[in-house]
Amino acid sequence: MKKIYSVLVENRSGVLCKVAGLFSRRCFNIDSLAVGETDDPAVSCMTIVSSGDKRTIEQIEKQLNKKLDVIKVKTFDESVSISRELLLMKVKYNKSNRRDIMEICEIMNAHIVDMSKNMMLIQMCDIPERVQLLIGMFKTVSIVEVARTGTLALQKCNETD
Amino acid sequence: MIGADAIVKCLEEEGVEYVFGYPGVAICPFYNSILDSSIKTILIRTEQNAAHAASGLARVSGKIGVCAVTSGPGATNVITGIATAFADSIPLVCITGQVNSELIGSDVFQEADITGAVESFVKYSYLVRNVQDIPRIIKEAFHIAGTGRKGPVLIDVPIDVQNAEIKKFSYPESISMRTYKPTVKGNMVQIKKVAAELEKAKRPLICVGGGVLLADGEKDLIRFAEKHQIPVVSTMMGIGVMPTRHPLYFGMVGNNGKPYANRAMNESDLLIMVGARVADRAVNQPDLITENKVLIHIDVDPAEIGKNVGPAIPLVGDAKHIFEDLLEQEIIGEHGKWLEVLDDYRTCMVPRRNPDPAYVDPAAFITLLSEKMQDNGIYVADVGQNQIWSCGYHIVKEGKFLTSGGMGTMGYSIPAAMGAKLADRSRQVIAVCGDGSFQMSMMELATICQHDIPVKIIVLKNNYLGMVREYQHYTYKDNYSVVDLSGSPDLEKLSSAYGIKFLRLETMERAEEMIDQFLENDESVLMECVINPMDLVK
Repeated sequence: MKKIYSVLVENRSGVLCKVAGLFSRRCFNIDSLAVGETDDPAVSCMTIVSSGDKRTIEQIEKQLNKKLDVIKVKTFDESVSISRELLLMKVKYNKSNRRDIMEICEIMNAHIVDMSKNMMLIQMCDIPERVQLLIGMFKTVSIVEVARTGTLALQKCNETD
Repeated sequence: MIGADAIVKCLEEEGVEYVFGYPGVAICPFYNSILDSSIKTILIRTEQNAAHAASGLARVSGKIGVCAVTSGPGATNVITGIATAFADSIPLVCITGQVNSELIGSDVFQEADITGAVESFVKYSYLVRNVQDIPRIIKEAFHIAGTGRKGPVLIDVPIDVQNAEIKKFSYPESISMRTYKPTVKGNMVQIKKVAAELEKAKRPLICVGGGVLLADGEKDLIRFAEKHQIPVVSTMMGIGVMPTRHPLYFGMVGNNGKPYANRAMNESDLLIMVGARVADRAVNQPDLITENKVLIHIDVDPAEIGKNVGPAIPLVGDAKHIFEDLLEQEIIGEHGKWLEVLDDYRTCMVPRRNPDPAYVDPAAFITLLSEKMQDNGIYVADVGQNQIWSCGYHIVKEGKFLTSGGMGTMGYSIPAAMGAKLADRSRQVIAVCGDGSFQMSMMELATICQHDIPVKIIVLKNNYLGMVREYQHYTYKDNYSVVDLSGSPDLEKLSSAYGIKFLRLETMERAEEMIDQFLENDESVLMECVINPMDLVK
């Protein structure tokens, strides 16, 4: 079962290490992890995607809550969330495949943000599955470098918010 | 006033009486400042034992144990002691010296990343960057260590911070931490559910763990059990919640527990686990305790509930508050028959031993010793076969039973006994260890002499690492590997080297008279009991 944990933590040095250490210490998986400051500079938000059985999922939330640098933990399913990942990918191109690459980017809603005589830098912001799909499409072209952010997610807006 | 003075002042404000430790350059400002204070310092002989001694003091006084060691090896040596306290939820504040702030990260002499190294064994840790933060950090550290699920907190203080001038010292009266608000009072809806289940139950049972002692909830629990005539069993850490000979007490559960206690667990239809982790040593098949019964799990740490077993009714809170509330509930129920059944089990299912008359029988010896001990005496068991015999045969009256239950750290008993004695000098304190565990902390005999801490020590001598030998007996068909303790010192000569009184007991014949001699004065005595090397706990 896949879950997304949105974890608000004190923005202090060493906190990322403590949270990541908790996952490795207790053999919990981390599928993806993204960290950034929130609107309050004293607070960071960690978005952690993890999977496990029901007991593991419950333990992750409880153990996170036990950490004294953790302010709040929200656990939710992918289905009730909006999730995004940012991809930057550098590919080699030549005359014969240039057109194809541009077409793929157009179809997939990716953008070419930089280029040279034989390289392009492609940017995409989408759900993790589509990001993966784009990378798959470029397998036949020569990929030079890939950087991904990890998933960011927030619960969908609903009436009770 | 410099940072080091501020630390000492804060400890005074917290009512600290003793600091256990070992100095080194990086903690010297602190040890210089403490000279002007009424706080007494105890020089232990290796840092691990500073944490054990602080643990013994904490468990008897109910206060927070404090130790202070230097950077690098001093700090890394104390980790096992901290981990031992963490496993048993014992409140400690451990102060470590650190190299100059500007040098942190450059691998200079005696630098260790101690906050990083202890991360998984502490409730929280601090690296003090600014001297002005000292009062707040120490206030928070004591608060964190001593509330909720208790545990050790480490404060790492670079030497330049200890020497820096602090502008204005004021000890905070209160603290507010948005990330830490432990729940100690149980949810009333859940408490009512517990009461309702109790009314339905025909064979209820309470299993107590160390959490009951940590919450100071023994009295309320006993009142509750007596009021509703509910039988009680305990985990190893829960020994001492109830007097051993209380008619409602049915012994310790688990692999090394009493067969009738385990039978009571299996046959109960309602099981209340309180302040216990449901770890493997007490419950080796967690699934079984939810079969054919309703499980209620009470713990101050929500993460413990559902970690090893999923309860029907989770109840977060500490034992004291919850049993106070449960005592207010109207509960009608009668289980006289169930008690009769358990009484029968207790009489019939006595584990039989065949002691060898050529040696001291540890079981009979421990029972005799505990009968002769002062009623409020403190018995500290070490780890190994001695621990299992102690759990099985020590009779708790009004005293305390201390041991390293979660971590099973050998060498715990002597330093912990020292801390226990300093917590209350009026009480008799006896450390019981094997010859293996004794040699893990025998350097502390010097501390006992230097600081006049009259703890009494029993060494059950079999010239083996008995618990491992027993395991190799069963698992490897007597292929013994690295368990022979030949080369151990002559304990009589060793005692006389330290000027400690020595007694040797070779058979049970003179046991009574020797125990009387052992206990007669409030002085340190080392008594060697020669036991059969081939004896087994099972």
